[in-house]
Amino acid sequence: MKEYFLILLSTVLVNNFVLVQFLGLCPFMGVSRKLETAAGMALATTFVLTLSSACSYLVNAYILEPLDIVYLRTITFILVIAVVVQLTEMFVHKTSPILYRVLGIFLPLITTNCAVLGVALLNIRHDHSFMQSLIYGFGASVGFSLVLILFAAMRERIMAGDVPETFKGPAIALVTAGLMSLAFMGFSGLD
Amino acid sequence: MKLNTPASPHVHGDTTVRKMMLRVLLALIPAIIAYSWFFGWGLLINATIAVVTALGCEYLMLKLRERPVNFFLTDGSVVVTAVLLAFCIPPLAPWWLTVLGAAFAVIVAKHLYGGLGYNPFNPAMAGYVVLLISFPRDMSIWLPPFILSELDFSLPATLNAVFLGVFPTGYTLDALSAATPLDLIKTQLSIDVTIAETKSAHAIFGDFGGIGWEWIGNWIFLGGVWLIYKKVISWHIPAAVLGSLFTVALIFYLKDADHYASPMFHVFSGAAMLGAFFIATDPVSAATTPMGRIVYGIGIGILTYVIRVWGGYPDGIGFAVLLMNLAAPTIDYYTQPRVYGHKRS
Repeated sequence: MKEYFLILLSTVLVNNFVLVQFLGLCPFMGVSRKLETAAGMALATTFVLTLSSACSYLVNAYILEPLDIVYLRTITFILVIAVVVQLTEMFVHKTSPILYRVLGIFLPLITTNCAVLGVALLNIRHDHSFMQSLIYGFGASVGFSLVLILFAAMRERIMAGDVPETFKGPAIALVTAGLMSLAFMGFSGLD
Repeated sequence: MKLNTPASPHVHGDTTVRKMMLRVLLALIPAIIAYSWFFGWGLLINATIAVVTALGCEYLMLKLRERPVNFFLTDGSVVVTAVLLAFCIPPLAPWWLTVLGAAFAVIVAKHLYGGLGYNPFNPAMAGYVVLLISFPRDMSIWLPPFILSELDFSLPATLNAVFLGVFPTGYTLDALSAATPLDLIKTQLSIDVTIAETKSAHAIFGDFGGIGWEWIGNWIFLGGVWLIYKKVISWHIPAAVLGSLFTVALIFYLKDADHYASPMFHVFSGAAMLGAFFIATDPVSAATTPMGRIVYGIGIGILTYVIRVWGGYPDGIGFAVLLMNLAAPTIDYYTQPRVYGHKRS
């Protein structure tokens, strides 16, 4: 139990995928303009990341390794992720058409969210078991969701500010992301 | 008879930004005196460097952004930022450290976001954390209080140390410096020395915190209470920060007093008091709703304890404030008070 808690703590705060490992920056910048969209994206990514992290473990352990074709790992994982994303897309389309429209292009783009592939590959690198992979993926997505939502709320506030002309838009967003990353360094050495 | 009816508002408060900032500075003066009494001229020199740099950067940024220079330069907000930053920098730190921190605080953390009233992060803490991460060694060399050190630093000697890096003959900075109480407990615990043993073996511990440090804490506490009385700050944030820090520390202290320091030690050590009353209460970067302020304060208290006890840095106030700063807009969003006459949405 303690081990799972540590994995969760590590992925959510200490080694946060966005602010410490700099993975998944595209949706972090792309869908953080509004809090509601960000919350939707966070939910969708959480679902995809957790599921794909479990699926890629199964694929690796029961297909790639027995057949001795681990050199196909990256491309197989991309395929697995694409299938999971497609599933999520169909699900969101059916259940919440508004969210589907709001997320727009970013929903299929979860496929290219490097955090998703990153988690799948890191699971193999760290020799995680099935349960560990699941927790690792879930923790990564919770960390991603947390900073995405916090960042979106901050950006809404910053947009109302008197930002110098040259720094408007993505520039000040990147400065903010840098300062957030600075704050998250306070967690270093926690585990 | 003709009666003039002026337009509303008919009654208005007399608080201005300048007045608020002056009161904050006034409330800090006893703590500055206490600090200088125990640790020498360092703080005053650092504060002077920081204030001059901050005013210079503020002037430069206002000019570049074509904003009214005099109006903003004299409102005192940069002076408060600079003095708070100076409190966080070791007394004998080289001058460029203070300059760098103050410049970062004013230029990046304040003016890139639109200046006074728009900064999402507390500028002083942003400057401090940048220095702590970039120059961890320079930022961790603290002096022992004069009562315990054989060397009394005069003003010229301090100036020499800060500006030229020259120390009195026969002394190096490493020989002069001493670990702060928080630092010492942490390093001793890592080599399996219990807190009681550490406290009896080293002379730097006072009744609650460290000698000297706890007196600075007292004066900051009094200054903070005066600010609450004057309604410059509200009681929510300081009470929540200190209350949660105390509670969490108490739980662990009762569980294992050998490995977790007493709650009073945590409240009176490091920057807890300063953070609770002067830094976390920054009206711009803190949460604004009453409920939000309490959540915000509790967050700072708990994060401070977590970083102090399990993290890699000796004090966690700076990081905790920045972390809750970045959560403040979200907290505000979810704690909006109900508008009178409307149902909760």
